[in-house]
Amino acid sequence: MVNADPKGVDAGPHFLDGDHALAEGALAAGCRFFAGYPITPSTETAERFAERAPEVGALFIQMEDELASIAALIGAAWGGQKVMTVTSGPGFSLMMENIGLAVMTETPMVIANVQRGGPSTGLPTLTAQQDMMQVRFGSHGDYNIIALSPDSPQECFDLAVWAFNLSEIYRVPVFIMTDETVGHMHEKVVIPPADRIRIVERNNYKGPKEDFRPYKFDCQGGHPMARAGDGYRFHITGLTHNERGYPAMTPEQNVKVLTHLMEKIDGNAEQIIRLEEDGLDDADVVVVSYGITSRIAIRAVHEARELGLKVGALRLITVWPFCEARIRELASRVKAIIVVEINYGQMVREAERCVAGRCRVVSVNHCGGAVHDPKVIVGAIKEAAL
Amino acid sequence: MSCPSSCETSCQSCGSEADEDTSVAGMLRMERMPHIWCPGCGIGSVVTSFVEAVRRSGLNRDKIAVVSGIGCTGRVAGYVDFDSIHSTHGRAIPVATGLHLANPDLKVVVFSGDGDLTGIGGNHFIHAARRNMNLTVICVNNFTYGMTGGQVTPTTPAGANASTTPYGNYEYPFSLPFLADAAGATYIARWTSLHSRNITQSIEEALQHRGFSFVEVITPCTTLYLRRNRLGDGVDTLQYYQDNSILKHGADTRETAIDFQGKMLVGKFVERQKPTYLDAVNATCARLIGDDYQLYGKTPPEKEAEKK
Amino acid sequence: MSTQEIRFSGFGGQGIIRCALITGKALSLYDDKFATMTQAFGPEARGSACSAQLVVSDEKVLYPYITAPGVLMALSQEAYEKYSGEVIEGGTLIVDADLVKPHPEHPGRTLWRVPATRFAEELGNRMFTNLVALGFFAAITGVVSDAAMKKALPGLVPDRFLKINIKAFEKGYAHGLDVMRPAQAQAEAATA
Repeated sequence: MVNADPKGVDAGPHFLDGDHALAEGALAAGCRFFAGYPITPSTETAERFAERAPEVGALFIQMEDELASIAALIGAAWGGQKVMTVTSGPGFSLMMENIGLAVMTETPMVIANVQRGGPSTGLPTLTAQQDMMQVRFGSHGDYNIIALSPDSPQECFDLAVWAFNLSEIYRVPVFIMTDETVGHMHEKVVIPPADRIRIVERNNYKGPKEDFRPYKFDCQGGHPMARAGDGYRFHITGLTHNERGYPAMTPEQNVKVLTHLMEKIDGNAEQIIRLEEDGLDDADVVVVSYGITSRIAIRAVHEARELGLKVGALRLITVWPFCEARIRELASRVKAIIVVEINYGQMVREAERCVAGRCRVVSVNHCGGAVHDPKVIVGAIKEAAL
Repeated sequence: MSCPSSCETSCQSCGSEADEDTSVAGMLRMERMPHIWCPGCGIGSVVTSFVEAVRRSGLNRDKIAVVSGIGCTGRVAGYVDFDSIHSTHGRAIPVATGLHLANPDLKVVVFSGDGDLTGIGGNHFIHAARRNMNLTVICVNNFTYGMTGGQVTPTTPAGANASTTPYGNYEYPFSLPFLADAAGATYIARWTSLHSRNITQSIEEALQHRGFSFVEVITPCTTLYLRRNRLGDGVDTLQYYQDNSILKHGADTRETAIDFQGKMLVGKFVERQKPTYLDAVNATCARLIGDDYQLYGKTPPEKEAEKK
Repeated sequence: MSTQEIRFSGFGGQGIIRCALITGKALSLYDDKFATMTQAFGPEARGSACSAQLVVSDEKVLYPYITAPGVLMALSQEAYEKYSGEVIEGGTLIVDADLVKPHPEHPGRTLWRVPATRFAEELGNRMFTNLVALGFFAAITGVVSDAAMKKALPGLVPDRFLKINIKAFEKGYAHGLDVMRPAQAQAEAATA
């Protein structure tokens, strides 16, 4: 870890919306290449990056579509840059194929999805959390990724920095699953000075050419990349490949590659999963939430506690990998787990899988367009606590 | 220097006195041979011309990268010994765009088939040309989706038979030089796989060109297009190329359409200069920041360290 | 915990969003408060009624939207008609004296009319209307300090108009204090 490059760090207090804070977080993390395509409600991130790029020495390019944006990130990452794009619903769908290529070629990148209501064009200007399963399973084939969910503009900044660090360590696309409310909401954002921001630099291979391998299927992160132009003449492909990067299309090789792709994330879940817990020690009921919804859920938890109910809050800062161990442990000692989210019930499926019948699981979900009414959550807590 | 170990006995191309780094074999990943292409296929000829052009250009091989998409031509990236990315169907140009912009010292070359480049990837092709992105795009145009078994492509001549136009192609094909010209490409040439020396020369010029350079090579797909259209074998096709190619440098690209088994204009159609995408970015930023503006420029501490 | 909910409204082009940004920045950066600003997005926010909302609190704001505004600033008739009904009892309405013709009565709520557009024209340009209104708002409500508001302006108004924007703010602020005095005196007399 090194200190952030001060050139990208606009230190000090700001009054920013979540979209702008994402761009500042990316610049602070050392992102110097951004390819994007306008889409509500994510465009402000691209605009901020485009405005700041010249003074930081970064490059912004507006590509012809989201297919091109994510493809450009893959090229630029192997060209040696830290890279980012931002999108929403329809654009996220368009990116799916090359998210698979990024996963397969173990290319670090950060993709933010400022979620809006769907399906299709849906509710372009209104909030939702409907892409939580798509981010994990949307591209074809088995794979694994990391997804974080900020609840405020400040956390958009903080998680953007962390997302870049995680993507460098595990060589995997890291997603910031924010939403229209956080994206467009202005709050105070404090950007620390550069020497207080710790950055994971690109791990470029420097050894002898004949020993260079772009991959190591050891179920861990930390394997170095090569930068194009440095003389290692790497080859990468979306085909199932060997450690040299060459196509090796056999069932046996697929086991090696896939196990590595899955386990480098799942096997390091403890390092990747960040949770915020409040009042879980004596809780009968646990309210699980993430992103903007957690602010409403935590308010409801406070109100319920004032009514004398033993209720705690679990906020998922890391959404994927899912906090299986924590949910299993809680399920064995609480009456109910309530999952609150702005969709038809997505992460609640994960909770149900981990709970496996050991306690009640209640879904307080509603379709996209608005945040929850805290009263609805309080009502669910009351009922679950009975 | 000697040949890479995997071709120590069988490689014909690298003679004993040839330099490993610049012979054809020296520029290929010989450990990956044999390649997947059919006998009589034109892709290999274009690859040979490409590596010969690289050799002649004197460019630093480590500063050349090759990106391809999917399909038979998409496999080129896996056989050439350069930094290389075998990307997804149609997306070679945006991947190459990112690679070039992230590391402007690189000369990035895209190898793409007609379906990959102008069907699924057509939008990227016109936008990279519009931006005059400093890329070299080589299109191996065999009028066919070969990897998937001979389907019709955006360049298949009207009337030609393909597996998805079994009663003859009733669509209007693209003329790629005309498309590239209209979109803003600044170097455009077309040859057939018969014209290996001309291909080499055009690719060499394209590699030296600043801006979006496009070289189209008409090639035979022996297994699918020729067989399905009863056009004989690879040799018959080369004869057809010889009899029907009309050399016309500087031709108006509106005249470059190809009819089924008709005449074909070949030559260097366009060569002009205009600022590239990055030239324009740098000019704008220098106006804004000052003449010492540098994309991905050094950080103040790095500059300090250099002074000391 | 004391929480205030404020709605700024008018028509597109009056600098309504800017009002909320300036106030939010002033509160959260210079007045040591928590402030969350949200706004309506989409085609409905362009041209016609335009609104931005601010939740102000001594603690972290959890619910980001307003549900029971205590203060409404309305600089257009349309915005006034649309939003005046939601102001809670004991709340404050601030309207532009020339652009809004208010209803005769707002029982339990205080209505203030500020000649913001006219003052701005006197300063040379209607584009300063929002700052006059903001000055008036700051004086009347006391939600935010005038010093914090002035500190918040750089970066949110064009540099070349910074001075005149401060002047516009001060003019509105002074007018607010002026109109408050008789009202306060009345109130004091009533309690005496």
